[in-house]
Amino acid sequence: MWRTLTTRLGPGLLRDIALVCAADGLVGASFGAITVGSGLPLWLPMLMSVVVFAGAAQFMFVGLVASGGNPIAAVLAGLLVNARHLPFGFAVGDVFGRGLARRAVGAHLMIDETVAFALAQRDADRRRTAFWVCGIMLFVCWNVGAVAGAFGGTVISDTDAFGLDAAFPAVLLALVLPSLKDRATRLAVAVGVAVALATSPLLPAGVPVLLALAGVLVTLGAAPDPPRDGSRDPAAAPPARSEDAT
Amino acid sequence: MISPLVLVVATVVLGAGTFAFRVAGPALRSRVTLSDRAEQLMATAAVVLLAALVATSALLEDGDFAGVARPAGVAVGGLLAWRKAPFVVVVLAAAATAAGLRLLGVP
Repeated sequence: MWRTLTTRLGPGLLRDIALVCAADGLVGASFGAITVGSGLPLWLPMLMSVVVFAGAAQFMFVGLVASGGNPIAAVLAGLLVNARHLPFGFAVGDVFGRGLARRAVGAHLMIDETVAFALAQRDADRRRTAFWVCGIMLFVCWNVGAVAGAFGGTVISDTDAFGLDAAFPAVLLALVLPSLKDRATRLAVAVGVAVALATSPLLPAGVPVLLALAGVLVTLGAAPDPPRDGSRDPAAAPPARSEDAT
Repeated sequence: MISPLVLVVATVVLGAGTFAFRVAGPALRSRVTLSDRAEQLMATAAVVLLAALVATSALLEDGDFAGVARPAGVAVGGLLAWRKAPFVVVVLAAAATAAGLRLLGVP
C-alpha cells in the first residue's frame, strides 16, 4: 500500500503530506486538551473532530461556548468560518471521483490543506491521489490527536510555543507559491489579500476570506483569453503549477 | 454550564452545515459545463482563498495584530519556499523561527 502510493506520488510528496498531517495531529491534541481543560465534556472534542472536521471552526465554537457564549451564536460563527468550503468545492470538485459515496466522503475530507496539496499537482490523476491520501491521513491524525489531547490533558495545549501557528500559514504559502508565477493570478491574489486584511478588523471571522474572492473579479477585465488551438489539453488549462510540492 | 444535549445538537448542526457547504460546490459544478477560461478562474479563486487564509492567519489574531513571532516565522518559511527549499525545511524553519523568537521573549 505504502509502496504503491510512493510510486504514484513520489516519496517527496508523501513525506510532505505526512509532515503536515503529523503537525495537524498536534493541533488536534491541543484542541482536545483545550476543550476539556475549559470545562467542556470529554466527548465533545472527539465528536466535533469527526462530525465537523474543520480546525478553525472547532476552536472558534469551543472558545465561544467555553466563555459563556450562546451556542447558537457559536454555531453561526463556526459556519461563517467554514463558508469558504463552498468556493473551494467549486474549484476542486473534480478531484473526488465518481459515485455518491466518493463524492460525499471526499467532500467531508475537503479542508485547506487537502485543497492546497491537490491544487499544487499538475495532472489530474496525481491531484486526485494527493487529495485522497492527504484527506484520509489528515482525518486519522486529527481525530487521534483530539482523543489523545482530550485524555492526555494540557501537556501540549500551547502549540504556539512550538511555532505551529506559524507552520500552518507557511504550509499553505509554500503550496500556493508556484501558482503565483501566473501574472493574472498574482494580481488576483494581491487584491484579494488586501481586501481580506482591510476588512478583518471590521467583520466576523470567515467573511474577510470570502471577500478576498473580489480579487478574482479584477482579473476578469485585466487578462485576455489565453490563445486557443482547439485541442483541449487538461494539463495545460490551469495556471502554472509545481510538479511537486517539494 | 450548557447541557450535553444542547452541545450535541450544536455540534451536529455545525457539522451538517459545514458538510452542506462542502457538498454544494461539487454539486453546483456538476450541473454546469465550464469553459477552459472558467476552469482557470476557479483555480485562481482557490489560490486567492488560500492566500487570503495565509495572510489573515499569519498577521492577525481575532482581528488584531498577531505579534511579531508568527509573521516572522511565516516570512522565513515563505522566503525559503520562494528559494525552492524543500517543503520540510520550509515548514520546520517557520515553526522554529516563531518558537525561537518566543523563547527569546518576542511576542
